[in-house]
Amino acid sequence: MKTQKIGAWIAVLFGASYFIIPLIATFEFSLRMRRGEYSFDAYRSVFSDIQFRESFSYSIVMAVLTIIFGVLLVVPTAYWVRLRLPSMRPVVEFITLMPLVIPAIVIVFGYLRLYNSSSFIPFTGSARGTDLLLMFSFMTLSLPYMYRSVDTAMRTIDVGTLTEAAQSLGATWPTIMFKCIFPNVMSGVLSGAFITFAIVIGEFTMPSLLNRPAFGPYLQLIGANRAYEPPALAIIAFAITWGCMALLQLVSRFSKSAPSKP
Amino acid sequence: MSFLELTGIQKSFGPVQVVKDFNMAIEKGEFVSFLGPSGCGKTTILRMVAGFETPSAGTVVINGRNQNELKPNQRNIGMVFQAYALFPNMTVHDNVAFGLKIAGMEKSAIDARVKEMLGLIHLGHLADRFPYQMSGGQQQRVALARALAPKPQVLLLDEPLSALDAKIRVSLREEIRMIQQQLGITTVFVTHDQEEALSISDRIVVMNAGRADQIGSPFDIYNKPATRFVASFVGTLNLIEGTVVDPAANRISIGDQGITLREPLGSVKAGDKVSLALRPEAGSIAEGAKGDTALTGEVVSSNFLGSVIRTRMKVGTAVISFDMFNAPGLNPPAVGDVATLRFTASDLLIIRE
Repeated sequence: MKTQKIGAWIAVLFGASYFIIPLIATFEFSLRMRRGEYSFDAYRSVFSDIQFRESFSYSIVMAVLTIIFGVLLVVPTAYWVRLRLPSMRPVVEFITLMPLVIPAIVIVFGYLRLYNSSSFIPFTGSARGTDLLLMFSFMTLSLPYMYRSVDTAMRTIDVGTLTEAAQSLGATWPTIMFKCIFPNVMSGVLSGAFITFAIVIGEFTMPSLLNRPAFGPYLQLIGANRAYEPPALAIIAFAITWGCMALLQLVSRFSKSAPSKP
Repeated sequence: MSFLELTGIQKSFGPVQVVKDFNMAIEKGEFVSFLGPSGCGKTTILRMVAGFETPSAGTVVINGRNQNELKPNQRNIGMVFQAYALFPNMTVHDNVAFGLKIAGMEKSAIDARVKEMLGLIHLGHLADRFPYQMSGGQQQRVALARALAPKPQVLLLDEPLSALDAKIRVSLREEIRMIQQQLGITTVFVTHDQEEALSISDRIVVMNAGRADQIGSPFDIYNKPATRFVASFVGTLNLIEGTVVDPAANRISIGDQGITLREPLGSVKAGDKVSLALRPEAGSIAEGAKGDTALTGEVVSSNFLGSVIRTRMKVGTAVISFDMFNAPGLNPPAVGDVATLRFTASDLLIIRE
């Protein structure tokens, strides 16, 4: 029994070291900008770079917009599928999985073909139009995660009966959606939102090929031209992702303490 | 004109017709129970009254107004569900206030009405609790208060006690009946539990395969079942097959024993088979038991059930069960004993299909 436990610990440590040692090395390297001593100069350099601030702000705004529009698309869709079209659920699930099997580069070339400046819907004809197209592309990329999070949260409540209860009390569809359904799937919405945030912050292909000043292309640019800033940015990107995961854990714990089923 | 009228109601789901030409008129303030096994169409009728299902044919009229064209949120109908259906994100107060807010009432009026409703169900002290912090019985009482708060014209109860344990079920059904009588609200109650239906209803509709087999008072449903299905579904019943001996004299035979029925046999001839029903509590084998009719047979089992002893006796090919109240000094018959069951001929009902 004791040998088994030691063996398990060795396996865990080996697995963790595979991930942690390179991370420590990256962090250690990011501190070496000043010769002969450790410093946060690389981080200072990154944070003082106006391009960093602009690209990071741009990606944050895009992430927030993606989350808002994504939630407005996914929650009513998942709700309607559960309520009225349960037989369509496998089809909708399949559609939401498409971004996982179709490479981002294929999707973006499709967009460019369909929505170029000489098409019927010339999204790429202006900067704002391209921003809009980029937001839609982020929504597409985050669809598998957002849909699953919301659908899983919806599974924990009796959507049909709650809807009927609200209807019998005189509620209209918007009231039902925003007062009875949304608050009860908030844990799923937040989980999806954090994953979406992480995807948008790190996405390179879409903004790069649509030529928008997002954080992903900036990361690539710095990585190609500087020595110490790229590992600092990698650590910053990891910190953002971990922050999102920590928030996700907190949200799921919060939702566990308030069961919604009778 | 009655307060709630269901006329020629039919409902089909694809090729399956689940409700077949259902007609009923319910008076204002009446408590009507729909009783029947799963899949008999009772919940479908309730959902058509609520507006959650559209009748394939027929009309639902409440207080003189046709409801068919109205959406569920326009009907002013209170509904209580089996699964409580309280909004998990709202406190008890907010759940009860939900319909009132939608109706556009002022905050002070809402608070007063919520207080009144919570007082009615004796849960005023739990106003700030969330549904998950309450027991099933408490949640269902809140659901009842929430349904009643906007003063609906009809209250629909869809198996509201099914998810509760036996003790809570009994106390809550009595509470529901008391509140219904206090408010005088027209109520339709769906259940598959005959005891629930018999104990709290003004009238019972026994549903079978999409039709109303019998509509009547609990007393009539139990004592004068109109069909074989009603007889077998409501209460425990002995179904005995007899052979007509003399139709003019109402004489039949059970095994090799002859008896005379009180109820006319109708258009049958000698040798025809008739189905008869006898409640287990209608007969007795005690010495000095009263009754103008007797059947003698061999005791095949005797089971002690606490307050009663249920004995089964073989008469010809029929096995008849009868109950005796438990009492100190009672000497129940042993298996193999020959006993004579006495009962009144009028307790023996002829079951017409």
